[in-house]
Order: sequence, then structure tokens, then C-alpha cells
Amino acid sequence: MQAKTRRRAIWAAACSVLAGLLLAAPGAFAGVITPEKGGSPNADDIHTLYVIVLIIAIPIFLLVEGVLIWSLIRYRRRKGGPQPAQIRGNTPLEISWTVGAALILVVLGVITFVYLDDIGNPPASLPGGFQGAQFATIDQPSPPRSGGPTLRVRVNGQQYLWRYEYPDLPGPNYSYYELVVPTKTTVVLEVTASDVIHSWWIPKLGGKVDATPGYVNKTWFRISKPGRYVGQCAELCGPNHADMRAVVRAVEPAEFEAWLRRHRIDILEAQQALAQQRQERARRGDVQ
Amino acid sequence: MEAATVAPSDAVRAVRKAASPPEVVMHGLRPAPRGWLSWLTTTDHKRIGIMYLVLTFTFFLIGGVEALIIRLQLAGPDNTLVTPEAYNALVTMHGSTMIFLFFVPVIAGFANYLVPLMIGARDMAFPRLNAFSFWTLFFAGITFYASLFFHPPAAGWTSYTPLSDDAFSPDGGIDAWILMIHLTTVSSLAGAVNFIATIHNMRAPGMTWGRLPLFVWSILIYSYLLVLALPSLSAAATMLLTDRHFGTAFFDPAGGGSPLLWQHLFWFFGHPEVYIMILPMFGIVSEVLPVFARKPIFGYKAIAASTVAIAFLSILVWAHHMFTTPTAEVVLAFFMLSSFVIAVPTGIKIFNWLATLWRGSIEFKTPLIFAAALPGLFVIGGISGVMLAIFPIDWQVHDTYFVVAHFHYVLFGGGAFALIAGLYYWYPKMTGRLMSERLGKLSFWLMFIGFNATFLVQHSAGLSGMPRRIYDYAASSGWGEYNLISTIGSFILGIGVLVTVFNAVWSLKRGQVAGNDPWHANTLEWFVPSPPPENNFDQIPRVRSLEPMQDLRAQVRSTQGQPAGTVAQPVAPTR
Ligand code: HEM
Ligand SMILES: [Cu+2]
Ligand SMILES: [Cu+2]
Repeated sequence: MQAKTRRRAIWAAACSVLAGLLLAAPGAFAGVITPEKGGSPNADDIHTLYVIVLIIAIPIFLLVEGVLIWSLIRYRRRKGGPQPAQIRGNTPLEISWTVGAALILVVLGVITFVYLDDIGNPPASLPGGFQGAQFATIDQPSPPRSGGPTLRVRVNGQQYLWRYEYPDLPGPNYSYYELVVPTKTTVVLEVTASDVIHSWWIPKLGGKVDATPGYVNKTWFRISKPGRYVGQCAELCGPNHADMRAVVRAVEPAEFEAWLRRHRIDILEAQQALAQQRQERARRGDVQ
Repeated sequence: MEAATVAPSDAVRAVRKAASPPEVVMHGLRPAPRGWLSWLTTTDHKRIGIMYLVLTFTFFLIGGVEALIIRLQLAGPDNTLVTPEAYNALVTMHGSTMIFLFFVPVIAGFANYLVPLMIGARDMAFPRLNAFSFWTLFFAGITFYASLFFHPPAAGWTSYTPLSDDAFSPDGGIDAWILMIHLTTVSSLAGAVNFIATIHNMRAPGMTWGRLPLFVWSILIYSYLLVLALPSLSAAATMLLTDRHFGTAFFDPAGGGSPLLWQHLFWFFGHPEVYIMILPMFGIVSEVLPVFARKPIFGYKAIAASTVAIAFLSILVWAHHMFTTPTAEVVLAFFMLSSFVIAVPTGIKIFNWLATLWRGSIEFKTPLIFAAALPGLFVIGGISGVMLAIFPIDWQVHDTYFVVAHFHYVLFGGGAFALIAGLYYWYPKMTGRLMSERLGKLSFWLMFIGFNATFLVQHSAGLSGMPRRIYDYAASSGWGEYNLISTIGSFILGIGVLVTVFNAVWSLKRGQVAGNDPWHANTLEWFVPSPPPENNFDQIPRVRSLEPMQDLRAQVRSTQGQPAGTVAQPVAPTR
């Protein structure tokens, strides 16, 4: 009896140490036994949700492995061992583990719905965010209505790069390879593709969304600290799928405005130069 | 067949060795036809079963070699062993081979051999259709691998459109893939109809649904699921074919079609497919555990019922493979909840197996060890499956190595380990000889260690951002260690598999002679000699319980020393 309580105590201690470790220092495990986080609130919420599910899962895992290994050792055939018990079932036991399993899943469902709203819906920008951001109305599914001004970005996947454009800011303002965004600002991405399916994913900024030709898929992030956030395409899109990297560079809102102005001038100048070249060639009678 | 009867006294011979319980032996049997031509033309379910097993295990080895090349390429960052094109082809060939040419048909192999024996039938319901199934599969494999000589498919085993459309995959590889799908589908459907007809109509007298062995239950459900799920894949593959060659635009947004339609049709087949593969493995475990624990299966009805429940639910969860597509959240929520529901009957089975081992008298033979690995490894895949079903979590881990780890824990850790349990368990019935126990245990430990080394770390690789189906990664990604461990593990796993292959070949001539019933098992296949004669049963015994062999043994025991004429059981003809 005493040995039993002691064993139980050891088990409980082990479990709580594990749970404590997981709760106390989840950051240390990010990317090892939990998903990445730290760039945007939705990534952090997914991380928390994952940690909760993991903590619920660990006792189930230990129970199954424990009973399995225990039975294999304890009930292995031995000379003069006990006769195998000829049991064919036990209805109360069977009903209780069925109900138990169902209850755990109900709990998981409830927890998911609790977190869902925060993960799916873009929140308002933080104070000090980019002023040019608009009050966007998003009446398409996922993510729905935002709580405040957001910066809209069109993301277009093509073999094997991403094209970005800010439809609500003065144009032309498209860019490739690197998406520049202001910090403290909620950025809503409208993701699509023009050839095959790609998938937009920056692990530290939240989950991925498929870029599907003919569809617009939405996601969002809100970055607090300036920095570079990297990811890569997550849907097989051809031989060079592995090389289709995605980079988000977050800068202070003021710096973003300056970058945008310069970028726009760069594009206009380049377009002018190109037009001039064309005219030149047309005058010389070159075939285009 | 030509059943000339002999005196019952001749029919049952109880062999009492010093320690072993009596064995029931049949004799007076027809010699089987010989020569290679007899294999080409055979309609005997056992020979077709053996041909299925040899063919599908060959595909398993080919798919395994492809996997090892993939692992070699990923062993370190910036590796250049294979080109990106070749890598995508390898991934596609590996996945397609393992699913369509190995796992689904290998079950047909076991089922062909065993179902008639287990239900007390003399053959399948449609023997010639059965031969047709096998040869269609054979040509499916040839069609698929012939693409190596021009251009292998490279759009993944899921062949997502538009990548698999003619604009982006103009070469014939995808067409080879489509034809392979069509041929394996025809093969599987013909086989499924055959199993359904056989199991419904040809059971031994007294074998009610409540006495049907759990393996046969699982084959029945496997067959129904094939019939329900495969047409969706056939339709999709045909639509892809016409999109590619005849100007339709089912999946082409430019022509008003939708790439998402492909995913819906594919996964409407694809999710039931995973249960098509795993339910028979559950069936094998449900046969093996009770025999070696010397206990009846715990909760027979619950296991059979949960098989049916899983099959039904599995056609309602397909879009959990599409959580990152542009789809309304309410739809995602529905598919999350339906996926949760399917975890309940799956969990019930695991608990029932644990309860079967509990208070048993467990004999550590190789089949038992492999079978007991299923609950231990499958539970990891089941837990990660529930995590994946929570769609916000899936947004992070979809299409990463986390998913690769998930389905290898269920399919290899659960599936392939159980399959090998079945191989060790039924090999003596098929060949008349036992496989080596020492090699078997060596193989188990190599496979167990290798498997976990390969796939456990892949969870971490995925969580730290490594997508699947990439031929290369940068050193700065931090995925190098995970991948190196995984590659080393995969070679240990490969050696473990080879030990079993060697064991199977070696034991063919050298193995210990098995006798009819080396494991003192429960089901009818152990009643006939090993290997069984062409007509299986001269007379089919009446089934009185879930464990007919135990009844027979008890009967022989009780009639020992009494006039043999009182033995009411088998009557064997002579020729
Ligand atoms: C507890 C039951 C299970 C649940 C809740 C579950 C859930 C899932 C989910 C949500 C995915 C999609 C992950 C993603 O792509 O992001 C998935 C993938 C997969 N699962 Fe499961 N699963 C379960 C059991 C199984 C079983 C029994 C098998 C096979 C024996 C299986 C085989 C697969 C395969 C092959 C894939 C990957 C398909 C692909 O993308 O190539 N799963 N599972
Ligand atoms: Cu890609
Ligand atoms: Cu699924």
C-alpha cells in the first residue's frame, strides 16, 4: 500500500515537473517540441494553444506506454506463473474509457474555440503604428472584421518568388523577395498565386496560408520589434520549391514611410528609363 | 472438390506430444500442380496471395531504396547528391509506391491468403477475378516504373493541380501516375468486391458475425471503404487526364475550374485511404495479441464496432488535409470536430489491446513483439494527429516534417510493424516452416531503434520550420542535426528490414518445420496443414465460438481414448 502511494507520488511529481517546465520556459522549447513564436501575437497564441494540448497529451501518452510496458514485463510467461485471466470484456470499464476519451476531446475543442478568435481575427494596430494604415473592411471569410486600422498587402506567389504590393498606399509600390512592413501595425495579407499553389509561411509570424490561383487567402501579423523574419514556401511548387524563400523586414513606421517614398521614386525612375529605351528603339526601328 | 469420404477414425488424428496440447491434422490431400506455368495461370487464392506478397514486398524494398536516397540527400545542408528534379521525382515515386503499390495491395495479399482459410472457405468467391486483380496490379507497377525511362512524375504522391497540369508538368510522368492510379484502382475494386462477396457468403457453418475473426472483420471494412473511396480518386484522375490532354479545365482557374476541387476529390479518397491501410493492421494485432497472451481478445464487440465506426467517420474528415486552403472557418471547425470524433474509436482499440495483454501469460515470440509495438508507436501518431486536427495548430505544422513524422508513426510505426508481425505469424502457415526467432528479434530491435531515431526528431525539424518536400536547406536553418540523426536512423531501420527479408528467404529451406499449428492459435487457418492443400478443407468444421481451434482441441482431448467415431469434426477424403 505504502509503496503504491510512493509510486503514485513519484509519478505525480514527475508529471508536475514536466508540466512546470513546459509552462515556465516554453520559449526555450520553441522549435524543438513546440512551434516557433515571438514575432506576432497570433504565433504566440498558437504556441500557447499547442503547449496546452501537449500538456493534456503527455499523461495520456505516459498512461498508454506505462500500461503497455508494465503488462509486457509483469505478465510475461513464467514457469509456475499465474494462469492467464480469461476475461472477455468489462462493460463499465469500456464505457468509462470511451466517455473519458470523448471528454478530453470536448475539452480540447473548447480550448481551441477560446483561442481561435485571437488567432484568426486581426486586432487593431498598436499606438504609434503606421499612420497611413486604413480602416479596412474585410468581409470575406478568414480572417473577418478587424478591430482597427490595418495595412493591407497583396502577396502573390510565383515560381519561385513572392511579389508584394500595398493597394491602399500611393503607387506604384510593388516589390519582390523582401516584404517591408512597419512595426506596431497590423498587417493583413491577401495571398494568392498566379501559376501553381504556393504557401506563405513565416513561422515566427504565425501559421501558413496557401496561395492558390483563383483564390484570395488571408492572414495577418503585427510585429513589435524591428527585425528580419524568414520563412519559405510550404507547398511543393516545382523543382526549386526549396529555394522559394520569404523574408519580412519590419522597420519603425517613420522609416517605413521614408522607404516607401524612396521605393516609389525608384520604381517611377526605372519605368521612365524603360519607356525611354523603348522609344529610342522604336525610333531606330528595332523590332521589339 | 471430389470428396470421397473415409472413415472418421482416419480423419482426425490427435498427436499428443509430451507437453503440447493435441493437434488436429488433416490428411488425404490432393497434390498441388507444379511448374512456373502453374503460377501464371493459377486461380488458387493462396498462390495469388503469395504472388501478391512477393510483388508488394518488392515494391516495399524499391520504395525503401528511394527513401534512403532521399535521406542521404538531406543528411546535411547544401547537399548536391541529387538534382532538384530528381529529388521531387524520388519523393513522388516513394510516396506513390508505398501507398498504391505496397500498402494497399500487401493487405490484399494477406487477405487473399488468409480470408478463405479463416472463414472456412475453399477459395475466394470469384477466383478468376482474383487472378485479374493481381495481374492488374502487376501491370500498374510496370506502367508506373516504366516512366523512369522517359520522365518520372514529380508533383508529389498527391499530384496537386495546377502543378500536375500540362502547363507545369508537360512530360508523361504524370500520365504514368494517372494510369497507375487507374490500374491499381481497378485491381483494388475487383479485389474488394471479391472479399465482400466471399466474406458475406462463404463463411463456415456456425460462423456468425459475432464469431468472425477480427482480421476478417477488418478486411470486410477495408473492402467497403475501398468501394466508397476509390471512385473519387478515379474520377479526379480522369478529370486530370482530360485537363492535360483534351482541353477541359476542371482544375484550371483560367478556364473557370478550381485547383481546390482536386484537393477535395483527392482527400475524399485520401483520408479513408489511411484507414484502408491501418484497419487491417489493427486486425492483425487483434489476432496476434490474444494468441501470445493466451487470453481471449478483450472487448471483441467493441473492436469490431469501432472498426465500423472508424470507417464511417473516415469519410467525413477529408478537409482536415486542407486547413490552410482558402476555406471558411466554420468549415474548418466542422472538420476539426469530425476528426476529433474519429479519435475516440481509435482510442478504444488501443485500450482494448492493452486490456488483452493485462493479466495474460505473454509469450515473447517475434509476432507478439512486433504486434505490441503498434499500440506503443501508434499512440504517438494518434496524439500528433489530434494536434494536427486543431486547425490553428495545423496552420503552423501543415506541410512540414511534423506531418511527415505523424504519418510515419501511424503508417510505419503502427502499420508496417503490424504487417511484419503478420508476416512472422503466418509465414509458417504459408511455407510450413518457422522463421528464425533470433533473427526476428534482432530485426525488431534494429527496426524499433532505427524507426524512432528516424522519425522522432522529424517532429522537431517541422516545429522549427522545415517544410516537407524540399531537396535542400541552408546551414543557417539549424536543421542539420535533426536531419543527420534521421538519416542515420533510416539506415539502421533499413538494415532491420533487410534482416527480416533475409530471414524470410533463409527460413524457406532452413527454418524449423512448423506443423499445422505452431502457435496454438484460435482461428481456422491453423486447422489445415502448413502449407494448406489446394482445396483448403476437405470438410469444413462447424464453428461454435470465436476460437474454433480451441473447441477442436478440447474436443480431441475429450475424445481421446474413446471410440474415434464419436469425433464429429472433420472428415477428410483420400485420393
Ligand atoms: C487519431 C486519428 C488521426 C487524426 C486526428 C489525424 C489527423 C491528421 C491530420 C489533421 C492530417 C493533416 C496534416 C496536414 O497535412 O497538415 C493528417 C495527415 C496524415 N495522416 Fe493522419 N490522423 C489520424 C490518424 C491517421 C492514421 C491512422 C493514418 C494512417 C495509417 C494517418 C495518415 C496520415 C497521412 C498519410 C497524412 C499525410 C497526408 C499527406 O499530406 O501526404 N493518420 N492526419
Ligand atoms: Cu513552393
Ligand atoms: Cu486524414
